[in-house]
Amino acid sequence: MSDTEVINKQSKRAFRLDLKAMGPALALLILCIVGYSLNSAFLSEGNITNLLTRSAFIGIIAVGATFVITAGGIDLSVGSMAAVISGVMIIIMNNLIGTFGAGVTTILIGCGCSLILGVGAGWINGVLTTKGKIEAFIVTLGTMGIYRSLVTYFADGGTLSLSFDLRGTYRPVYYDSFAGLPIPVWVFIGVAVAGWVILNRTAFGRYCTAIGSNESVAKYSAVNVDRIKTTTYVIQGFCVALATIIYVPRLGSASASTGVLWELEAIAAVIIGGTVLKGGYGRVGGTILGALILTTIGNILNFTDVISNYLNGTMQGLIIITAVWLQRADWSKKKV
Amino acid sequence: MFKKSIMALALGTAVVLSGSAIAQDKITIGVSYPTPTHAWASGMNWHAEQAEKRLEALYPDIDLVLVNSPDPAAQASALEDMVSVNKIDALVVLPFESDPLTDPVINVKKSGAFITVVDRGLSKEGIEDIYVAGNNPELGRVSAQYMKGRLESGDNIVILRGIPTTIDNERYDAFMAEIEGSGINVLDQKYANWNRDDGFEVMQDFLSRFPDIDAVWAQDDDIAIGVVAALKQAGRDGDGMFVVGGAGMKETIKGIMDGSELQPIDVLYPPAMLATAMDLTVASFKSNGPVAGRYILGATLINKDNAEQFYFPDSPF
Repeated sequence: MSDTEVINKQSKRAFRLDLKAMGPALALLILCIVGYSLNSAFLSEGNITNLLTRSAFIGIIAVGATFVITAGGIDLSVGSMAAVISGVMIIIMNNLIGTFGAGVTTILIGCGCSLILGVGAGWINGVLTTKGKIEAFIVTLGTMGIYRSLVTYFADGGTLSLSFDLRGTYRPVYYDSFAGLPIPVWVFIGVAVAGWVILNRTAFGRYCTAIGSNESVAKYSAVNVDRIKTTTYVIQGFCVALATIIYVPRLGSASASTGVLWELEAIAAVIIGGTVLKGGYGRVGGTILGALILTTIGNILNFTDVISNYLNGTMQGLIIITAVWLQRADWSKKKV
Repeated sequence: MFKKSIMALALGTAVVLSGSAIAQDKITIGVSYPTPTHAWASGMNWHAEQAEKRLEALYPDIDLVLVNSPDPAAQASALEDMVSVNKIDALVVLPFESDPLTDPVINVKKSGAFITVVDRGLSKEGIEDIYVAGNNPELGRVSAQYMKGRLESGDNIVILRGIPTTIDNERYDAFMAEIEGSGINVLDQKYANWNRDDGFEVMQDFLSRFPDIDAVWAQDDDIAIGVVAALKQAGRDGDGMFVVGGAGMKETIKGIMDGSELQPIDVLYPPAMLATAMDLTVASFKSNGPVAGRYILGATLINKDNAEQFYFPDSPF
């Protein structure tokens, strides 16, 4: 094999990888063009801000899900977990008004409790999966039902509402901007960067990939598989708690219908982004694009009345499948 | 109003019949309905529990048994238990779904029980003695009438709908029929799934898309909460903009009592309908007049003048 051949092969491979990485970005770009052509207001500053802020919930949760899925797991409980954490957080904060007043202290304690609950709930999922030796699908299907019914129970079948005294203090966390971007978007960016660094630049990230590729090999290579896998669920729980902290100030309420199907949206965002569902390969950057794509689809469907409302699900399904097909199909195969 | 008159009727009868009532055996009435999973249903549950206390205090020989079930199969089993264990004399049932519960209710009827069906009709006619329901088309019509009163020809509205179901279609179709010819433009309608978050997002998108919106028909108080949050975020909650919800959520009613300009009215879809059905069923044992029949409750327009009578601060809804 001559040198030029090697270089040729390498550059070809680099190009192929690029195309794969570009898939979700390309899909998002096409969606934006479609959105703009339907209505120029799509690219207005207000709508872009709305889109980014809305993506933050699913996006933050999906970054956590990227770790779980890369390490070969799955977490179906995130939507219900978000609902129950929102509910408990609201109850705690309402009850603290008497002690700490309707100020920042109450909010901070509420957020602290939210993070503890998230980490705790993630740890339970992780330990039941690893030490309990139960499939992640079943564990998190179980906790999904448990959390959902708990929030219904706490809310007495109705809605838990944050006291109006606190709303004024907490509201800016969702509605205010810093340097032109809403705060939820900054949180989203922070989580995305941290997630990218942890997955791509740390030993922990490499262990996640190794476990997802082949758990037995990882185990024989002296990787503490149980601990790493449990940690991925803890990260997921932490991300859910962060999402909850920016979700609650939006409408100040939680009910049994909070966070319904968020788990599927998060998983879809991860897969659209290029992470492999069976584990072993994860891309945080792709996940972010995946979350943006999902939100954009909903946004575009609200911007047009060309498509019957009844077919919204069909459009979403088609676009998701197309987006994944764009990046999975081996485009360069014929050329080789 | 008619509830009050029935109560008065029943009271009067109770006094007349009290002598014979004591000698009578206990009358057991089973009340079966879906487990509340959303705010309106939990309000219904609350009103039913209040009615149980009130009716049992009023009539010592009446025993009401309230059972809620998480799914149609569980409700069918609950109905069987009511016949075999509780030996009910009457059944008040809000069926989870029409088809799977038609036969179980027929079986209860075969045991000789008096049947009251609430809100969701059964698949066969002639089973129930009393039918009590809200009025979905009326809710749409009353909302549209209010819109026509407030808006002029050429004004623009957007509509946020519920979940694609018959209930939603009935409300929407009646609204559109009433508004036809008024010159009010419906810019677009989207499903917000009777959900606050969806109401917020759909309204955000409507606001980005349409620079000129004069009013919003949100159809439901939960959706309206999201709509109002989106309007406030965009700073488009002034200039006579108003939102019409529906159902009768206590926070909304409180706002109307306090003179809210953004949500000046609400259209009732009574969460107390199960309680009303319980009153009627008890009346069928206690009244001296015939009670059987179909009772379609009004979709009352709640405004500042009458809001107080629909305000239940202790109810979860």
